[in-house]
Amino acid sequence: MIYLRYFASLRETLGHSTAELQIFEPQTVLDVWQLANPDVPLPENTLAAVNMDYVPLSHPVKNCDEVAFFPPVTGG
Amino acid sequence: MNVRICDSLFDPFEQIQLFQHQLALQGKFGATSIFIGTMRDFNEGDDVQAMTLEHYEGMTQKQLCKIIEAAKAQWQILDCLIVHRVGGILPNEPIVLVCVWSAHRAEAFEACRYLMEELKANAPFWKLEKLATSEKRWVSKNH
Repeated sequence: MIYLRYFASLRETLGHSTAELQIFEPQTVLDVWQLANPDVPLPENTLAAVNMDYVPLSHPVKNCDEVAFFPPVTGG
Repeated sequence: MNVRICDSLFDPFEQIQLFQHQLALQGKFGATSIFIGTMRDFNEGDDVQAMTLEHYEGMTQKQLCKIIEAAKAQWQILDCLIVHRVGGILPNEPIVLVCVWSAHRAEAFEACRYLMEELKANAPFWKLEKLATSEKRWVSKNH
């Protein structure tokens, strides 16, 4: 099982902030998005993190990982 | 702790004073550089009434700690403090404080600028503005 997190405008678009997904390795971050949201293309400029570190969409995902998707950050 | 996430109004000058009193570096620092970011009542040509700051609890702290470690590797700083607001916020209220203590001014100035720029680029915060028209919109430009 992997744990999905969505933030800000992406959370609003999807209508939920968390989800769980059963995966069969090897899968990438982009695979995870497509499996979890088959009807929603990944918006351009979306950032991804695995276990709270930034990763590219080609990054492999392992069981028990927390995978997050969010728009560009605007803090400060 | 060098990183604080506040869900209510904070006084940056009080935070600096409290942190500085606890520094085990009394007599060692000759320079203190401070950046305070404050909420404006306008953005992109529109009047802004209020804002909600969302963040990724845990990742925010992790990324800010990484930024601090990178600054400490690059400059001889004695200590630093980052405070960032989350939740509902109003114009004139402080959003962010970055403060750096060092022996000499160059390190304090440069590390403070670095920390702030890296925070803006990498810390997972998002701003949702409420305009004077009551319309809500996510801030997309990170000036």
